[in-house]
Amino acid sequence: MNVNQATFTTAVLDPETAAPAGLTDPEGRPAGKRFSVYRNNVVVSLTSALETAFPVIHALVGEEFFKAMAGVFLRAHPPSSPLMMFYGTEMADFLADFEPVKHLGYLPDTARLELALRESYHAADAAPMDPETLVNLPPDRLMETRLRLSPAVRLVRSAYPITSIWRAHHDPAAEKPQMRAEDALIMRPEYDPTVHRLPPGGAAFIGALMNGNKLGGAVAAAEEAAEDFDLTQTLGLLIGGQAIIGTEEEV
Amino acid sequence: MLDATPNRRDRLPNRPGVGYKPQHFNAIMEDARPVEWLEVHAENYMGAGGRPLAQMRHLAERFAISVHGVGLSIGGEAPLDREHLARLKHLIDWLQPAQFSEHLAWSTHDSHFLNDLLPLPYTEETLARVCEHIIQVQDVLGLQMLLENPSTYLAFAESQMAETDFLAEIARRTGCGLLLDVNNVFVSATNQKTDPKSYIDAFPMHAVGEIHLGGHDEDEDDHGAPLLIDSHGAEVVDPVWALYDYTIEKAGPRPTLIEWDNDVPDWPTLAAEATRAAAVLDKVTA
Amino acid sequence: MSKHVKSLAVAGALAAALTAHTTGPAQAQEQVKCFGVSLAGQNDCAAGPGTTCAGTSKVDYQGNAWKMVPAGTCETMELPEGRMGSLEALDRDLPA
Repeated sequence: MNVNQATFTTAVLDPETAAPAGLTDPEGRPAGKRFSVYRNNVVVSLTSALETAFPVIHALVGEEFFKAMAGVFLRAHPPSSPLMMFYGTEMADFLADFEPVKHLGYLPDTARLELALRESYHAADAAPMDPETLVNLPPDRLMETRLRLSPAVRLVRSAYPITSIWRAHHDPAAEKPQMRAEDALIMRPEYDPTVHRLPPGGAAFIGALMNGNKLGGAVAAAEEAAEDFDLTQTLGLLIGGQAIIGTEEEV
Repeated sequence: MLDATPNRRDRLPNRPGVGYKPQHFNAIMEDARPVEWLEVHAENYMGAGGRPLAQMRHLAERFAISVHGVGLSIGGEAPLDREHLARLKHLIDWLQPAQFSEHLAWSTHDSHFLNDLLPLPYTEETLARVCEHIIQVQDVLGLQMLLENPSTYLAFAESQMAETDFLAEIARRTGCGLLLDVNNVFVSATNQKTDPKSYIDAFPMHAVGEIHLGGHDEDEDDHGAPLLIDSHGAEVVDPVWALYDYTIEKAGPRPTLIEWDNDVPDWPTLAAEATRAAAVLDKVTA
Repeated sequence: MSKHVKSLAVAGALAAALTAHTTGPAQAQEQVKCFGVSLAGQNDCAAGPGTTCAGTSKVDYQGNAWKMVPAGTCETMELPEGRMGSLEALDRDLPA
């Protein structure tokens, strides 16, 4: 009996089914546990990929729970590409709908933050521009300038304290997260992504820049979002994180 | 950004190499001896930039690099993933590695990538399909690739050919080289109750451009028979060293890789494995 | 504020940001390196899940575990279980 790859795949992902007939041991008996080696390889390798990808989620729910949950996730969302570095894009939505953790509302956005960190880590390199160039522009032209941000910049906005949660799992001296909304900015000076909590209006400002708005428009968007928007502070973050890589001016 | 091309395309030396792990970067840059070349998994270097590619740029200036694919699904029933093949070409064109190899296995079905090297039956039908895929890969990449013998845990009732004949015929039809994983030979022979030395004797040694050595785990099947698992998580065991010795005696020196992918040890432990391979190679080179 | 005055304010903010940057990393304490020397033993671990060609003999959890409850650091988070109001309207369609 021939075993095609559809049959093999279905059986690998479904622990309830028997090994397909036509797979044998050296004596011609059913493969049994020998087939389970492949089943196990698939499940354990994908689980371990998810553990590497979501270390904070892993810590939050605990080893045993994470492993069991990963088994559910990977069967619902097997990788769609051989690039394991990007596996798990569906994790945030999965966590939002997964009954046993539905009450932990901060998990989905924490997963989004961890995914964004990986994206940033693997994003294209881009040299920062010399910020002096900006200062030398006449103020009116500055307002009409678009700031190009590094491909490694990511913004994750949340109604939960995601940067505090992230920090609490990376820095033993970090303060305990307090319930509040936090917007995370990820930048990658050199090769190591950094996580920052944005001040009020900061996310509106950077989001507007990322959407291709001119500096003047981005400032307006930020001030509309937060009256106390502090442009100096937010620009300071971007400059310090080597996030501004160039400008475009309307001719 | 894949800017400057870091490497010229050397041949791999007939010396020990290791599977590159980022945690060994500093140790390797300081003193890699006796390791003379490095192998990387293609899929881990398909990001757009960042540290992985920066490290590779530095390493390729000093070491011959072998790119080892784990995601092409050459044994797949479906056509090769053109997008993935294009990514691979991009990496190969940039890195200019000394060699590219992949596995006699499949891992993708119906756009699900299963992240394991899954087995295929050895029939005329699968032979034709694998050859077609290898010819396509070699055309796109513009190089001769190597195909690796798998670790197998079970058999297909429908198989008509011995694995060695299957691989020899692939090499003959496509002009590809072969990667002989001696640990896989030992694992499969134990699991299939065949003789590993006979496998080596039957292997088309003229086509072998690289040898792999790695660690495996021991388990048992439902009937209490030994079931070895290709875990790459420990030292190479003595019987595999003995089989390697036997292989090198027959074949002469070949580039030999130590693979250690899980529970990765510190650099001195890994380098010690390479030293042991170097001693075997020295015997036939001297 | 007239358009020109606004421009001057933005230029001023930029100059101040640059001064802060060149006189010292004001936000240094805010930064914890994600991957790198500051986290011993974790260097590069987040390079993405590693792709290997190894099998494994670790045993999969195959059973239906859905009587399980999360039991990690979430127990010490002390965050309310409901969703709090946001400082700003959230827009999921922001470029990521």
